[in-house]
Amino acid sequence: MDPRRKRAIRLTIALTVALLLASALVYTSFAAGREELTASQLIKRAHPGSSYILAGTVLNGSVRRQGSLLLFRVRDPKLKMSVPVRYTGEVPDPFAPGRAVLVTVSDGGPAGFIGQPGSLTTKCPSKYQAASGSY
Amino acid sequence: MAPVGRLLLILGLVTTLYGLGASLYGARAGGRAWVDSGRRAMYALWGMTAIAFVILDVAFVSSDFSYNVVASGSSTTTPTLYRVAAIWSTQQGSLLLWLLLLSGWSSLALFLTRRRVREITPYAQAVLFGLTAFFGGLMVFFANPFATSSTPPTEGAGLDPLLRHTTMMVHPPMLYSGYTLMMVPFAFAIGALITGRLGADWIQVTRRFALAAWLCLGVGILLGARWSYTELGWGGYWAWDPVENAALMPWLCTTAFIHSIMIQEKRGMLKVWNASLVLASGSLAVIGTFLVRSGILSSIHAFVSDPTLNFSFVALIAVMVIGSIALVTWRREQLRTEARLDSLVSREAVFLFQNLVLVALTAVIFWITFFPLISEAITGTQISVGPPAFRPFVVPLALIVVVLSGVGPIIAWRRVTLAKLRRSFALPVLATTVALIVLLVVPGVIDHKLALIMFCAGTFVVSSVLQEFVRGVRARRAMTSEAPLIALGALVRRNRRRYGGYIVHAGVALALVGVAASTSFQQSRTATMAPGQSVQLDGYTIRYVRPTATATPEKISFGAILAVTSGRQQIATLHTSYGLYPSQDPTRPIGRFFDGSNETSVGLKSGPLQDIWTAINPNVSALQGLINQGDARFTKFLSDAMAMPAAQRTRALSELYSLRDLAIRGLAQRFVTHPWAPTFLFIVSPLVTWLWAGALLAAFGGLLALWPLPPPRRRVTPPSPRDKPGEAVAAPEARARELV
Repeated sequence: MDPRRKRAIRLTIALTVALLLASALVYTSFAAGREELTASQLIKRAHPGSSYILAGTVLNGSVRRQGSLLLFRVRDPKLKMSVPVRYTGEVPDPFAPGRAVLVTVSDGGPAGFIGQPGSLTTKCPSKYQAASGSY
Repeated sequence: MAPVGRLLLILGLVTTLYGLGASLYGARAGGRAWVDSGRRAMYALWGMTAIAFVILDVAFVSSDFSYNVVASGSSTTTPTLYRVAAIWSTQQGSLLLWLLLLSGWSSLALFLTRRRVREITPYAQAVLFGLTAFFGGLMVFFANPFATSSTPPTEGAGLDPLLRHTTMMVHPPMLYSGYTLMMVPFAFAIGALITGRLGADWIQVTRRFALAAWLCLGVGILLGARWSYTELGWGGYWAWDPVENAALMPWLCTTAFIHSIMIQEKRGMLKVWNASLVLASGSLAVIGTFLVRSGILSSIHAFVSDPTLNFSFVALIAVMVIGSIALVTWRREQLRTEARLDSLVSREAVFLFQNLVLVALTAVIFWITFFPLISEAITGTQISVGPPAFRPFVVPLALIVVVLSGVGPIIAWRRVTLAKLRRSFALPVLATTVALIVLLVVPGVIDHKLALIMFCAGTFVVSSVLQEFVRGVRARRAMTSEAPLIALGALVRRNRRRYGGYIVHAGVALALVGVAASTSFQQSRTATMAPGQSVQLDGYTIRYVRPTATATPEKISFGAILAVTSGRQQIATLHTSYGLYPSQDPTRPIGRFFDGSNETSVGLKSGPLQDIWTAINPNVSALQGLINQGDARFTKFLSDAMAMPAAQRTRALSELYSLRDLAIRGLAQRFVTHPWAPTFLFIVSPLVTWLWAGALLAAFGGLLALWPLPPPRRRVTPPSPRDKPGEAVAAPEARARELV
């Protein structure tokens, strides 16, 4: 076969494979990706039976514990609005009031939103409020 | 000393600009003296940056809170060793470290190449000065590490507790070394493209820097994974976090580069590919730095977002990427390959295919990491993607890379006959088949098919590498009749690059077998237990023996001693603890000691076959009532004390603080005297140790490949009768020394 033609065929096959893989990647990203909602968006859109990814910052003074249950409010960074979350499961060490969090929640009715166990992730800034001279 | 530090940075920037100008003028006008002067400017820059770094680190160690970065990143209660490392926990300090490493590696590279690739060096020098000017400029104009406060606080905010870990002393400098070392081949590639000197020269002079970058990035990634496993309290070592991926992408790209340059050196092929790979690796290193600094993607590692820095980094990345593409396009004719693939069944074809897979892997990780930004730009909504998005692509591609890393060492260059192929593959394939049969008998393995394939691929790689070592030793013994171990030592010593590479292949395969086993066969459970209670997990009984509690000025720590047994056999005693660091909330004189950051110290029993891992969450809410009471009382006492005359106030406050410390110690001790039930996370993971051992083996192999060969031994001729008497005596002595 003419080497030029051979090269053209090889290139076409390689590009087709690359295109197919890239399409699969784009499709999977959109299929696996889930929309992040702020507190205000969650209040508007949430309905029982569905789960959502809630993104925002932990409202200062809202964190309480009841046994293994962690109660806190997630604030919309742009609006003065927050939603209550009842969460059980692993709590990342950087979790603290004022920190940015992501948590998968479902509508728990009047009790607030129920966090899916193990879904809480925290963004950790490099600085933190700390220590005085004594304890 | 702060003004001196600031002055050094400004002088450093001026020196950088001079070096940039001198290098470019020397390159254009052909003035070697200007280029040499530029090179010396790099040495001077490194010296100035090193002094500035020492000044800042002394401020950290001596807790000089008049420096803003010291006040925000350290405290008197931060242990001294961590104060030394706290410098790179801050944005400004880490930029200074970047400049120090970049100018240091650049100085080394320019010193080593001062008499080589003379046409390329001036431009490479200019690129390196361009990069140092960028980082120097950031510190001079936007992120001054020597900014001071006229009213310094009496105490600093302290180093983030999560960073108080021995690996954190080394992890950031290793990653930064990897990123900055990568700038050397990047700069020389640019120089080669500008001058059109596109042979293998520039590759030969920068190959070791690429390998060192690969090694440092790899060790940095390993240390980060270890930190995550032992410090973060979730039991994992890799979370596909954007900042983790930021280090992985240039590492993968550099892995491809250090393989494909062998083909250019040997056959003059893949020139355009190599130039593109090294330029991509350099750009990815800066993108990685940008990801850590920008906070544009949610990450547990990122620094606080800074719009000015973000804009500057985006501009630099744009210049690097667009400039690289433009140069490669401009030189495409000269980058044409000198030879073609003889056969698809050859080592160069395997290298090429492995390169394609590594680049595909990098592209996949890049796409998914940046997907939240891409989707926001397209759809206007923020999207979260986690590990499930990575696995369908990364796992099969990683499997292909592992298999190819076993094929590469045993397949010949150019063309292979069927008989040779059979001879090379017989033993590795036999070993893999035996492994497959054994694994099929082990209950449960067949249910995890991808893990099973990885185990077989790992066996194939290790057996093919062993076969190469055995063949090499045999061949050497046939020539020299040396003892097997001596022959092995000599073989490796004389072919460090080749056998170091083989060791890397075996190490990576072992590490990935550890990853496959620990992710596929992990058992975990959470349990809330009182002392004396126990749980069952994977055949082990884990009993909560007793609680522990300590209170120091640095932190309050709640812990537990647990006994692990299997049947009647005692397996391990684990100690896990949870540290609470104080916040600075003035409204809660007692509560603030329980409100700050947390840090987990895991209880770990590591073994060659299995790790037993545990972390405690003490559920401090049990103390909430007492803490609230304490807050109310101490707030009242404090306001009463503040109302007293000055002379009495100091004494009253001192007594009050002593009482407060006593109260906090008492509250902590209640965990022991009136124990409540904390929550534990227990994990039993198989072969995690293989991951660490494999990675260390790979690092050893990398170091071996990097280590310079001894200078070639010169033949010593016998002294001629005309030589002077003294020299005639010295020559035989020198010869004897060489023989020894």
